[in-house]
Formats: sequence, C-alpha cells, structure tokens
Amino acid sequence: MDDILQKLLPMQPLASVEGKDNDTLMYLIHGLVLILFVGWAIYYIVVLIKFRQKKNVKVVHSHTPHLISSYVEWVVVVIEFLLLFAFSIPFWAVHQAGMPEGKNVLEVRVVAQQFAWNVRYAGPSGKFGRSSARFLDDNPMGLDPHDPDNKDNITTMNQIYLPINKTVLITLTSKDVIHSFGLPAMRVKQDIIPGMTTHVWFTPNKLGQYEIACSQLCGVGHYRMRGIVYVVSQGDFDQWIQQNKGIHD
Amino acid sequence: MSSKHGQAHHDSHDSAHHDSSHPQSFWSQYVFSTDHKVIGIQYLFMSLFFLLVGFCLMLLMRWQIAYPGQPLPVIGKFFGENNMPGGVMLPEFYNQLGAMHGTIMVFLGIVPLGFAVFGNYLIPLQIGAKDMAFPRLNMFSYWSFFAGGMLMLSSFFLPGGPTGNGWTAYPPLSDISHDGQTIWLLSMFIIIISSLLSSLNFITTIFQLRAPGMTFERLPFFIWAQLITSFLLLLAFPPLEGAAFLQLFDRVLGSSFFLPTGLFVAGKIADISGGGNALLWQHLFWFLGHPEVYVLILPALGIVTEIIACNTRKNISGFGMMRWSVIFLGFLSFVVWSHHTYLTGMGTNITAFFQTTTMIISIPSIIIVSALFITLWGGSIRFNMPMLFALAFLPMFGFGGLTGLPLGLAATDVPLHDTYYVIGHFHYVVAPGVILGLFAGIYYWFPKATGRKMNDILGHLHFWPTLITMNFIFFPMLIQGLMGVNRRMYDGGATYLFSHNVLYWNVVETTAAFILALAQIPFIFNFFYSIWNGEKVNSDNPWHSSTLEWATPTPPPHGNFAKPITVYRDPYSYSLEGAPKDYSPQDQKEI
Repeated sequence: MDDILQKLLPMQPLASVEGKDNDTLMYLIHGLVLILFVGWAIYYIVVLIKFRQKKNVKVVHSHTPHLISSYVEWVVVVIEFLLLFAFSIPFWAVHQAGMPEGKNVLEVRVVAQQFAWNVRYAGPSGKFGRSSARFLDDNPMGLDPHDPDNKDNITTMNQIYLPINKTVLITLTSKDVIHSFGLPAMRVKQDIIPGMTTHVWFTPNKLGQYEIACSQLCGVGHYRMRGIVYVVSQGDFDQWIQQNKGIHD
Repeated sequence: MSSKHGQAHHDSHDSAHHDSSHPQSFWSQYVFSTDHKVIGIQYLFMSLFFLLVGFCLMLLMRWQIAYPGQPLPVIGKFFGENNMPGGVMLPEFYNQLGAMHGTIMVFLGIVPLGFAVFGNYLIPLQIGAKDMAFPRLNMFSYWSFFAGGMLMLSSFFLPGGPTGNGWTAYPPLSDISHDGQTIWLLSMFIIIISSLLSSLNFITTIFQLRAPGMTFERLPFFIWAQLITSFLLLLAFPPLEGAAFLQLFDRVLGSSFFLPTGLFVAGKIADISGGGNALLWQHLFWFLGHPEVYVLILPALGIVTEIIACNTRKNISGFGMMRWSVIFLGFLSFVVWSHHTYLTGMGTNITAFFQTTTMIISIPSIIIVSALFITLWGGSIRFNMPMLFALAFLPMFGFGGLTGLPLGLAATDVPLHDTYYVIGHFHYVVAPGVILGLFAGIYYWFPKATGRKMNDILGHLHFWPTLITMNFIFFPMLIQGLMGVNRRMYDGGATYLFSHNVLYWNVVETTAAFILALAQIPFIFNFFYSIWNGEKVNSDNPWHSSTLEWATPTPPPHGNFAKPITVYRDPYSYSLEGAPKDYSPQDQKEI
C-alpha cells in the first residue's frame, strides 16, 4: 500500500516519527483532489459530446444536474471540514505550534545567516552559555568567551548531528534576513524571521544524511544555503559530543 | 483600424455626447482619448506587451533552470557582463528576473488585461452607458499605469539592475538591497494609484450609469465580477500603498519600520535604529496579496461566463447563486490572507482561523465553477474559438483551485510551502486558467471592436499547443514540489541531492515553455493580420448574443449606442419559450 501511494504521490522517504501524520493528511487531501478532478473530467467529456450543437435539437432545461451538484458540494464541504478539524488543526497544535513534552529532548540552536547555518550544542554539561551580538565579531554565534558554561559548547556550520530515536528541539534565529529551515525528509519547515525565535521539533527514526534547504529567498546565495542532518546511533552521537566539546568551527 | 474609427466617429455625429460634436485631432482621438473604448484598447496593447516581456524573462530563467551554468546560445552574450558574462547567467540576474517576472505578470500584465482592458471596453457597453462616469479620470488611470510600467522597466537600466527580492519584497532583505527596490516601490505607488482610480470609476459607472430597465438582477455576470473586483482593489490596495511608503522610508530616510534591533549583515552590525518588525510587511503585503488573487481571477470568470452562456444557447444555471457566491467571495477574500504566512511562527488559534476561512472560500469558488459546468448540460454547444478557450479555462482553473486545498490546510502546507508545488498551483490558476480565459475574451469581442473576425485556423494553431504545453510546464512542477524542490532556486535545485530524481522534469518544462513561446506567434500574427484583413462580420451581433454590447454599431462609435437603450429582460435570454430565434436581445421589447 505504501509503495503504491509513494508511486502516486512521490515524496522523499519519511525519516521522522511525526511526519507520518503529515503524510496521512497529504494522501487524503490528494485523494479528494483526484476524485473531484476525475469526476468533473468524466462529466465534462460526456457533456461536451452529448450536447454538441446539432440541427433541430433544442436546449433542454433540467433541474437534476443542479440537485446532484449541490449534493456533491455538500459532500466536499463535509470532507474538507473533517480533514480540517480531525487532522490539520490538531497536527498544528501538537507538531508545529506545540513543544515536545518530557525531559528526554535534545536541544540544538541554529542561527541562520546569509548563506549558512550555524549550529550550536550544549555539550556534555547540557548547559548553553550566554551569547550576545557584541561577540559576533569574534565567533559566528556570538558566544560570550567569559561565560564558563560556553567552555564545552560545540558549534558547527551547516552540519547537524542527531541521535536516532531521540526527539530534538531546534530553536531558530536569524542574524540578517528571513530564512526558512526546511528539512523535507522530516516533514518540517519553519521561517526564521530576524527579531523572532521560532522552533521545529521531530524524532528522527532512520539513520542517514538528510538535506536542509533554505526555503525563503535570502539573497544571491539562497540556492546554495544547504545544510546536512546526520542521523547517527546514540553511541556514535555521545562519542561525537565528547570528541568535539569546546570546538567551534 | 484607423479608418474604422474615423467612420465610427462620423456615424456618431448625432449622438448627444458633447465630445463627438466637433472633429478631434489624432492626439485627442487615439493618444489622450477619454473614450472608454480607446482607453481599453490602449490598455490592451500595453498589457499584452507586458505579458510578452514577463514571459520572455521567464524563458531566460527557464534556460538557466534546465541547464544551470551553461551559456545561453545565440542571444546570451547580449545581456552584458554584469548579468550574463559569456552568456552564463549570474545568480543576481536570476533573482532579478524572478522578481520582475512576478511583478510584471501580476501588476502590469494580467490585472490590467482582465480588469482594465475588458472592464473599460465592456462595462459601459454592457450596462448601456455612453462612457465611464469620469472619462478624464479614466485617461489619467491609463497614463499613470503607463508611467508606472515604464518606470518599472527602466529599473533594468540601473547600474545594479532591478530588484531581486521576489515580487513579494520581504524585508529585511528588500530594506537593505540596492536601488532597484526603490524604483520598484515608486512604480508600485503609481500603478496602485492607477488601479484605485479605475476601481472608483468602474464602481461609480456601474451604480450610476445603467440604462433604464438595467436593474442589478439584469446585469451580466461579467459586470458583477468587475464590480466585486473594483471593490477588492479599492479596499485592498491602500494597505500596500501605505506599506510601500513605510518601506521607502526605511530605505531612503533611515527609519526602521521593518528592521528589528541587532541585525548583523555581511560581517558587521547594521547601522540602523532598529525596533521594527519584519513580519509586519508580510501581513500588509498579503492583505492586498490575497484579494489580488481574486482580482486576477474574477474578470476571467466573468468573461468565460458570457462566452459559455452565448455558446450553449442557454441561461446560466444557478445565475442567482453565482451572484451571491461572487459577493461572498469578495468579502471572504479579505480574511484569508494569512494562509500565505502559516510558517512565520503562527499559533494554533490564528492558524485554525485562517485554515477555516480558506476552506470556506473554496465553497463559493466551487459553486461558481459548478454552475458553469451545469450550464453545459442540456445546452446546444458551439465549439468556436472563444468557446474552446473558455472550455479549456474551466478544468484548468478547477485543477488550479483543487491543488490549492493541500496548501490551504496548514499541516500539508508545511512540506509544500515555498516549493515548486506552490508555483505549479498558482500558475494553473493564472496561466492555463486566467490567461486562457482572457484569450477567450479577445477572440470573442474582437469582431465588436474591429468589425472583423480573428482567423480560425491560426486560432487552432494558437489554442492547442498553448493548452498542451502549459500542462507540460506546470504539472511536473507539482511532482517536483512534492519531492521538496524549492522555488526561487538559481540552479533549479541541482544543489540538492534529493532533487536529482525529479530534475529531468526541468528540461521537459523548459522545452515546453519554448514551444509555448512559438505557439504565441500565430496569435500575434492573427491579431494584427485580422485587424485589417480578417473576415468581415456582416452583422453587429455575429455570435447571436443577447447582451447589450452587441446592440451597438460595429465598431461602437464615441457615445456607443445609435439609439436610446431600454432593457427589458435578463442578460442570458437564450432559447426562450415562444421566441422566434434562439436569442432575445436585452434591449428588444418583444421576445
């Protein structure tokens, strides 16, 4: 079943737990689109052949198509509202506007700039140190060098390492213009507007590399503002954190 | 055409219109004319010119998308070292072409063609008036549109080129970019003034100048569509005018309406006062932007309705419902704008509100399209050129509307937002939808304006390849968008590995786009050839239509009607019981 759907509606192979809900709605709404369009098309072809102009045939006034059409319209309305209230609004409340619950959440901070993704981890201590625009000249994320909590923080550029099966919360800010954090394999996307803090969260459930694509026009380098998410095992991730603590690149 | 107009002018000598009582110079008759028909035709030439320019910009982009980094053959080297060194497009130039394609197509091509051309030419004719309520204001609208358009084009000759920030011009990027953006803002002011004055004029004309007996129930649907469109323009454009002023202040006077504190641009802290809000622009822009979508659509829907009624020889089924639907649509179009900004960090409640209104607005749209589909049932369908375009409009526009559903639901908008899916969706609405509808109108009213028909064979050579290639351009975009390929990519998405198994569609789309360009040659030739050499129509009403514009002499003289008009019946009085013919003109007392 999934294979057939994948053929009909080609999307990137899903790599997160939460994306499943999104895909379900995607298939349902496109099913509605398909049924309506095919239904209309069949009606259309029949009508155009059946009622083409012929000699001595007068026009027919009939009320039946009206009734059928208004039934169809009501059915469409009911389905639309079902999809809206049963899927789309709850999805938004949980996955987009909502925060992941429970303590077992990894927090990663991403600061976007023309045309790169700066990524920051708390390191083994689990604490993020202070940061300020005053220090942006010294390091791309403005980490305060005097704050001891920053000692084991890790910063990377365009690369995000994540452990599999662990929920990650990525907080997003921008230094300069509007960017958008798009990670299609996880079915997440979020605008990053300077002056605002936004977030995405998801639980990766497949090992591999996934591309981050900037999804709001941010200038001449927009098309190459690409990042990579590496989903690795928990062991590899812990090892990576230990090896890189305090390293800023 | 010139001799035709001279004749027309002479014929109208007896009409009460004061302007026609003395001979007019070439300048006052064709250039600074206050005649709504001449103004409509002036708009026609300019908007078709802008459509062609916008289309050519897109062809350049499509070459780069399909063959990134490869030099454009033959003409590539003429675009200058700043734009295409050695014929290879630079990303700056790509972004500029994208921004100007959108701006020109929306504000200088399709809106003027649908709203100003057909509105100007047809509103007085269809309501039985001699001219617009404010003919001089009408002339001013045209010339400010012309000036705004020329100013917009002139930005191509700036040292840094035109704006490259997308037609949506989101700050902070647009606030901090080069001078092209200032020119964009200035010409938008002028274009907006033009639209505001036209909409005032149309509304006043429709309310005040209807012929005796032309009640609101007897107005053709086209007039309803233009009336609602006028209200949308009148009420939605001022916020953008204001927002454009604010952005201009940010750029020129150093204010920070859209610039938050602490911007760090290109390696240093930006020299701005800060304290503004970048998101504010998006809401002001889309408060216009969404009603603007209906400004694009409604005139084409009106045109298609006229043509379908005439060529099925039937009244429009559910005409009353259609009128209420279009009014409802007009109101609703003001409360759906934020479905363009779902991903800016909106909360659950506000998103739920805009999703709900977006689903509700699909209902009047479906009712209108269904009414047109049902009208065909039981009709006596004539497949002439205008009707073919109108019949192609329906499923294409319908498909464009349906692909809006996954974008209107916020959850499915997340993966689709800013991908090619969006591009495919709204181009289905506007290109094989609205543009085919507008072509239908050109073929349909051409005999009234010129006294000659456009050629059918050339018409078919224009219609079929246009319809087919448009589908080859826009359908694959939906597939690419589902895979996650983003819009506004200089290399068409080649940077991303995930795009690679759908990138071959770029070549298909580009090839189709170039064939689409070739398919416009028969139209351009047909258009000019038929003005002077087309088959003459031997009647003032060659399509046997029942609406008032066909009650005029051909072409209509200054002042329009040869005799006073009184309206006796509904607009689509076709195949009435007991009538001798299958159409009963609105101004004819006996059926």
